Amino acid sequence: MTWIPPLLVAIPLLTAAVTAGLDHVTPRRLQDAIVVAASAATTALAFVLLWHAESREVVHWFGGWQPRHGVALGIDFAVGPLAAGMCAVIGLVVTLALVYSLTFLHEAARLYDALMLVALGAMCGFAMSGDLFNLFVWLELMAVAAYALTGFQVERLGPVQGAVNFAITNSLGGYLFAIGIALIYARTGSLNLAQIGDTLSHGPAGGLVIVAMTLLFCGFLIKGAIVPFHLWAADAYAVAPAPVCAVLGGVMTDIGLIGVSRLYWTVFDAPFGHGHAVGDVLLWLGMVTAVLAGTMAFLQRHLKRMLAYSVVCHIGIMLAGIGLLDSSGLAGAELMFLAHALLTAGLFFVAGILHSDHGLIDELHLHGRARGCWAPAAAWFAATIGLIGAPYVGIYLGHGLIDEGATELGRPWVLALLWLGSALAGAALLRAGARIFLGWGEADDPLLGQALEEDPLERDVLRPLLVAVALAAVVLGVAISVVPGLGQRAEYAADRFQDRSGYAARVLRGHPFPATPSLPVTIRHTSVESLLYSGGATVLACALALVGLYRRRLPRFVTVAARRTLALPIHVLREVHSGVVGDYVAWVTVGTAFVGGVWALLLHG
Amino acid sequence: MSRQVRLLLLGSGLLGLGALFAWAIAGLPAFGDYQGPYGFVLNRIVLPLRHTTNVVMGTNFDVRGLDTMGEEFILYASVVGVTLLLRDETRTRLAERRTRRFRDDTVRLVGVAMVGAGLLIGLWLMAFGYITPGGGFQGGVVTAGAIVLLYLVGNHRDYRPFRNEHLLDPFEAVGAGGYVIVGLAALASGTAFLANLFGLGTPGMLRSSGSIAILNWASAIAVTVAMLLLFAEFLETYVVPLEPEDAGS
Amino acid sequence: MSYLPFAVAAWICLVGIAGIATSRNLIHLAICLTVTQSSSYVLLLSVGYVKHGKAPIFIGTKLGTTAVDPVVQALTLTDIVVSVVVIALILALALDAHRLSGTVDPDQITDIAG
Repeated sequence: MTWIPPLLVAIPLLTAAVTAGLDHVTPRRLQDAIVVAASAATTALAFVLLWHAESREVVHWFGGWQPRHGVALGIDFAVGPLAAGMCAVIGLVVTLALVYSLTFLHEAARLYDALMLVALGAMCGFAMSGDLFNLFVWLELMAVAAYALTGFQVERLGPVQGAVNFAITNSLGGYLFAIGIALIYARTGSLNLAQIGDTLSHGPAGGLVIVAMTLLFCGFLIKGAIVPFHLWAADAYAVAPAPVCAVLGGVMTDIGLIGVSRLYWTVFDAPFGHGHAVGDVLLWLGMVTAVLAGTMAFLQRHLKRMLAYSVVCHIGIMLAGIGLLDSSGLAGAELMFLAHALLTAGLFFVAGILHSDHGLIDELHLHGRARGCWAPAAAWFAATIGLIGAPYVGIYLGHGLIDEGATELGRPWVLALLWLGSALAGAALLRAGARIFLGWGEADDPLLGQALEEDPLERDVLRPLLVAVALAAVVLGVAISVVPGLGQRAEYAADRFQDRSGYAARVLRGHPFPATPSLPVTIRHTSVESLLYSGGATVLACALALVGLYRRRLPRFVTVAARRTLALPIHVLREVHSGVVGDYVAWVTVGTAFVGGVWALLLHG
Repeated sequence: MSRQVRLLLLGSGLLGLGALFAWAIAGLPAFGDYQGPYGFVLNRIVLPLRHTTNVVMGTNFDVRGLDTMGEEFILYASVVGVTLLLRDETRTRLAERRTRRFRDDTVRLVGVAMVGAGLLIGLWLMAFGYITPGGGFQGGVVTAGAIVLLYLVGNHRDYRPFRNEHLLDPFEAVGAGGYVIVGLAALASGTAFLANLFGLGTPGMLRSSGSIAILNWASAIAVTVAMLLLFAEFLETYVVPLEPEDAGS
Repeated sequence: MSYLPFAVAAWICLVGIAGIATSRNLIHLAICLTVTQSSSYVLLLSVGYVKHGKAPIFIGTKLGTTAVDPVVQALTLTDIVVSVVVIALILALALDAHRLSGTVDPDQITDIAG
């Protein structure tokens, strides 16, 4: 079965080259079919790989360069169940987006398809790779495809601005990452993750390793849109076409977190794993991201921008789960990723439907316009409930596992902050949904700032297909919490992922895999606290949504007090998210220096 | 955010980053004191195992061939991306005609000589890439540069075939896709993806190194054509398609 | 002296980032990005240097002579392509920005904010 990992990369890339190269030769329908088939085939193979990876580590050494005497020479793909699961979800979301785009986008179809397939191949390669520089190559490849796809609608200035901010910030992250690679290479003389981990587990880890870790992680955190590196995300997602946003927001941003986990548990666990310093910084960054992005989501009126902040909020929760550094936290982040990818994709799909129906993407302008559109409304509200994490819906199981991890480590306040974040983001989405699909609330709200320019209308869409794809994504995403056996398998996958020495032994020395325990096929239960927090968050989200809708009807003393306390912070937040790339780069610099400084203080003593 | 606040943030960030860099540099082995095993091992084994005298190219196309495949596709994606971004559906460009005609024969003579020399050097770098210093990329870039020079010293007519996307696109697909197909062929024959399949020949001769030679050419073609396509895309934004009047130059 | 190349790499990186953050022209910004990236090349190549080492090309040289690290050279080649690509995309975006708004000043291109 070791022949599957290369195919997950080769099939999308080869198809991309062939379809764009043969653009003028083959008929359009055939090309569409080939593209969707390639993406579906990749997804199917990923599922097969997932099934096999449960019982062994599937390792493929490229070019036949097996390690000699424990020294890795070639590049490897080392696939456990976690990596294979990621590939499967990535493939699923991209396939759904490609089907959606069949009728949603009409111009430059071949170029678009080629870039989407390239992004798919690069993301799968990234999830599977066990080599540090190879991670960088796939990171850059998916980034290049993403920059171009973001600027797809070149007729307006907004997409150009979004693409520019995206390109510059993320490229800078990539370059910092490359410097980190050089530093690690100088210290260890190897580029293979398992071998670097082995080398670093002997000997002291001085400033060089700490700075390298900072640069490597910050490169990924920029991609993963974590505060303060997140400023580009809203600009980019506001202007990309809906199916592109589904892929970018659903899976590509989360890739940054997959990278962080991989790096930590194959490399930096060795020198720094005895304490919690590395994880604590990630935990705090995650929590701040969740709350801040949730607040920003509430202040938006442009649907895709609101969804962008919702994505960032959930990424923050996932990073917090990873930062707990125990297997419940990682398993929770995994499950959240599964649900979040599908639900966010579904929401972006619905936003696209609204846009094509009415030519508008602004919550206030759409006030009451979609009354009677039952299917999109159902999809929107179901996905929102799933993203808030109501009991046993959508991200609930993942979030519950993160809660368990936090409680086990004696940090119960983490639960409160993370549920607050998802409640805030969910409140924004509920408010938007109520305004658009139910016609509730006032038609104007100065709190939400100025309207952003509307994008041109796409006519001639096959609406039932769009609705079907949106519903499919949402139904799958909502069901994640109740799939029997998924919770236990996620925990098992997380356990294996975190076993650094086992991974090194299997990859470098070909040790066989110990027998897999047989996992139960039942619905995993979570703690009572999670149920309570989840219920509380749902109630809070509904309450905040109502406040957002009917703000003017609150008693005067409440509104005056709120204005006094909240006006300045909101103004500052808006100023910081300025849309100017120079500001973003300044924040990246400050953020990297700050994270590095904190780790220097905590780890060097 | 005002510019002052940005400069303040930037200044403090750069100071912090600079301090971190200084701390990291202090922990580096001294310049010239490379210790790691990877480079030494490869210097020893690539020639005997793959009959490639240029170990850098041997590393690029064989030991770390997957990275190069990714990089081919980065180039490919950028060409597709630039085409996507510069497609102008409405074609509302100003109808400026810029016909350039160098009347100075000296310039044209020197230019033609440079084009010829550039092409030769580029082809030599490509062909002998895995034997002597050079390689697919380097050769591809030099060749593309020489062809672009043709645009500078010649006129539109001379350059027209190199701007024809319908002609160049299939070559780009062959370059990038060919790389993957070589890899898949290795996979299909039972070994690993991108394993070296073909006869290894004698080191130092053109017929050596097996798949490395083929991949070298695939990447050379891909890089040349990608550079030409990129240049063509940018050129189109400024130059109106040829009018019949241009024929009389 | 033995740390000079590394210091140069660090300096290039910081100067490049300063240029990016204060730039008033997208084309200038793209060049600054290249400058920042070149710091990673300098660092990689310096890390791989072996004192008295020859180039890792073994035609006319006996196998076993001290040679510098070929891996960092291969990595730098890949890195250069990445930089070319990003410049191409940002230049294309600059052209689009100029066509749509008449300016290439990133501070002026603020269609979306908040």
